Amino acid sequence: METPVNVNQFRPVAKDIQMAQTIARPSTTYWQDARRRLKKNPLAMIGLFVIIIMVLGAIIGPFFCKYNYSDQDYDNRLASPSKEHWFGTDNLGRDLFVRVLYGARISLAIGFFASLINLTIGVLYGSISGYFGGRVDNVMMRIVDVIYTVPLTMVVILLMVLFQPGLKNILIALGLVYWIGMARIVRGQVLAIKEQEYVLAARMVGANKWRIMLKHLIPNSMGPIIVSATLNIPQAIFQEAFLSFIGLGVAAPMASWGVLADEGAQAIQSYPHLLFFPAAAICITMLAFNFLGDGLRDALDPRMRR
Amino acid sequence: MANLLEVRNLRTHFQTYAGTVQAVNGISFSVAPGEALGIVGESGCGKSVTATSIMRLLPPNGKIVEGEIDFDGRDLASLSEREMQHIRGNEISMIFQDPMTSLNPVLKIRTQISESLQLHQNMTKAQAAKRSVELLELVGIPSPAMRVKQYPHEFSGGMRQRVMIAMALSCNPKMLIADEPTTALDVTIQAQIMDLMRELRQKLNTAIILITHDLGVVAGMCTRIQVMYAGRIIERGTPDDIYYNPKHPYTWGLLKSVPRVDARERRRLHSILGQPPDLLAPPEGCEFWPRCDYAMEICQRQKPELANIEGEHETACWLTHPAAAAHLAAKGGPAQ
Amino acid sequence: MARYLLRRFISMILAIWVVATLTFFIMKALPGGPFAREKALPPSILANIEERYHLNDPLLTQYADYMVRLVKWDLGPSFKQKGRDVNEIITDHFPVSAQLGLSAVFLSLLIGIPAGIISALRQNKWQDQLAMFLSVIGVSVPSFVMATLLMYVFALKLGWLPAAMWGELKHMVLPTISLAGFPMAFVARLTRSSMLEVLQQDYIRTAKSKGLSQRVIIYRHALKNSLIPVITYLGPLVAGILTGSFVVEKIFAIPGLGRYFVQSINNRDYTVIMGITFFDSLLLVGLNFLVDLAYTLVDPRIRLMDGRK
Repeated sequence: METPVNVNQFRPVAKDIQMAQTIARPSTTYWQDARRRLKKNPLAMIGLFVIIIMVLGAIIGPFFCKYNYSDQDYDNRLASPSKEHWFGTDNLGRDLFVRVLYGARISLAIGFFASLINLTIGVLYGSISGYFGGRVDNVMMRIVDVIYTVPLTMVVILLMVLFQPGLKNILIALGLVYWIGMARIVRGQVLAIKEQEYVLAARMVGANKWRIMLKHLIPNSMGPIIVSATLNIPQAIFQEAFLSFIGLGVAAPMASWGVLADEGAQAIQSYPHLLFFPAAAICITMLAFNFLGDGLRDALDPRMRR
Repeated sequence: MANLLEVRNLRTHFQTYAGTVQAVNGISFSVAPGEALGIVGESGCGKSVTATSIMRLLPPNGKIVEGEIDFDGRDLASLSEREMQHIRGNEISMIFQDPMTSLNPVLKIRTQISESLQLHQNMTKAQAAKRSVELLELVGIPSPAMRVKQYPHEFSGGMRQRVMIAMALSCNPKMLIADEPTTALDVTIQAQIMDLMRELRQKLNTAIILITHDLGVVAGMCTRIQVMYAGRIIERGTPDDIYYNPKHPYTWGLLKSVPRVDARERRRLHSILGQPPDLLAPPEGCEFWPRCDYAMEICQRQKPELANIEGEHETACWLTHPAAAAHLAAKGGPAQ
Repeated sequence: MARYLLRRFISMILAIWVVATLTFFIMKALPGGPFAREKALPPSILANIEERYHLNDPLLTQYADYMVRLVKWDLGPSFKQKGRDVNEIITDHFPVSAQLGLSAVFLSLLIGIPAGIISALRQNKWQDQLAMFLSVIGVSVPSFVMATLLMYVFALKLGWLPAAMWGELKHMVLPTISLAGFPMAFVARLTRSSMLEVLQQDYIRTAKSKGLSQRVIIYRHALKNSLIPVITYLGPLVAGILTGSFVVEKIFAIPGLGRYFVQSINNRDYTVIMGITFFDSLLLVGLNFLVDLAYTLVDPRIRLMDGRK
């Protein structure tokens, strides 16, 4: 049972701290790690791919089409999908495919810019509140508490009644109202950084502090903000579609998906394709953003790092 | 006297995305009835995994791949989950490191103590409630009749750990596993909790496995101590063996890192340089050699087995081999 | 706890005040004022309105009057329909919306919570994957798409259920499902993730170490904790169902307050829009307060959290 021992091997050797300190696992930065995990998530990658296609389609798609959004084909009104008109035509003989492409411009722009406005206001408000702390923070967060209690959708409806429908107004209404969640998240992150900063300051020399802030603290706190901003985009598209449906959307001629779907829903019995295509566009975009948002959340959550 | 617990060649592995982590790597030990065994080591040395293996509470990615855990005539490693449930909390119970998170925040203390009594001792709700009060009294919580109706957040950390101990002892288990029971507590509270455990062991004659990273904590409590490193036991013996006649360089390092109030001259606290090996790919030879001041060629090549020194004192180190005598003499042994 | 609830109560009052003020100033700010805008206003209504609103008084007096009227629960006359006032409209139409909304709330909790629990317990098994697949579709399909789709398939094509009208149980099926779709899916996702989080907590390990069976651990130790986030979501859930009822009632021609609201928007019946907005806000804010109350009952930690965040 005893393995034979070679007595000649009892010669001293130096210890090897280097070896004791190398860690067998590859060390990766936060972003590398996040990217790797995002890439491993097929649903998130599909989502990202679909979003890229949608954005490209919205920007350059219309240049490659035979029709304009307002071109009317009088002989083919309310036509079903065909080679000539891929998604069919509406009651004025306008090509639905082109209208859905232009709708993508409107809807995606609303989603993107509304989310951007929320992000800007939220970051400003939240970081001021978190940075100053104390009484300022207290007052600012009480205000947020109150706004949070107000039913925001009703406020958006009120604002739209006041402003009259239009792309710019919808952006203003959505942007002005839905920044509350972002402000809370940003404040939380700023507070967390501040707390770590104290620990850091106690531990190390000044010069390294900023590097560590930049390299570790800020990236780690960016995660929840990015996820929230990503999920705000479909939220805004959703809201716009909802507003269109109750008659407060972006008006024709260059209609958003919500307006197209609303028009389609009125003719659902005889011409279901008028609803189907814009509705499908909305749903696919929602799905894509939700997949991407979920994937980002999983990838950026530091707790998931193992 | 027959042993209460006998662990033979236990191996526990974890599947992670990076590969298989060999957390416990073939350890054997025993616990006699009423005995207190201390298991000491750095975090990640496999001491907690040993405990959760015995309780069969490993996370889903952990698995006992080899070995027997003989407890009172049954092999715990091969019992069904149902049979295991009968043992947990009844014959073996466990207390954990962080009393702040180990109690359910939305249930009253009474409910949490009562449930094992109702389950294992077939008590009625009223009996169990009455017994809960007695148990809180036993662990030294003032006005127990009132406290038992409260929620965990109304207790301090030390008080919560007392509640955990009351819960663990409620069914008079034959063995208690305490996994770092005082690590999360203030120093003064630590001493109180250790005193309480010592006292209860004498009163109830429960065997205890005390797991800790702190050699100072096990000193006054345990009848035997075993030191673990990288999933293996590298030295074990009575407290006297470990404190006054340690044989393994790692134990020397651990002892030097315990602060001593009785030291005559001011002394720098020692730290062992480097990190424990990655258990994804443990080194071929002795796991400790890269950090060992006494490393020899053979340490790089061949794993030392546990070898008897005298009595119950055993160590797994090539330095105890007669052929190493010259090397050890030249280096000058451990600085005591 | 008392202080926490008091704080919530003050927030609630302030929120209602904010909405009331908004409705007042938006009415005033509408280009040219709401009453000057339409030419063909019958003189009788005009006189009625001028008398009621004292349009020639200073703004502040008007504002004070408006607030007093709201407190007295007088939401004013319709601006388009002779002889109707907003109170009456709400009394007539709200019960229908409430019935629909409540059944949607119950449906979404009744299916969403168990689905989430099963998903969590069968993590990454087929049950989980199926439930999560359905729920991600659920949160991606807007209620108006869901409603028109259901109507097209089950009412127009298959003819199993009526496409419109109200009164019998069969009329409720499709609208309820369309309304409950999103919250159901959201609740399932929320329950799942919170259950998974709870199952990793130390106290679950403690419960296991006591020898409790899986079933007892889930029901006694995990469920209550994992439902706390679901309770906090009840507020937004009700809000979503309420606004969802605007489109669903419109599509299925249900004579509820939601459809009336949408019609008022399309007719620019401003007094009705403001009145219903105020009523709905009051309803939501009040319900939110009830949710807060429920939350403090479920989570004992909050009872002691006075003054802390």
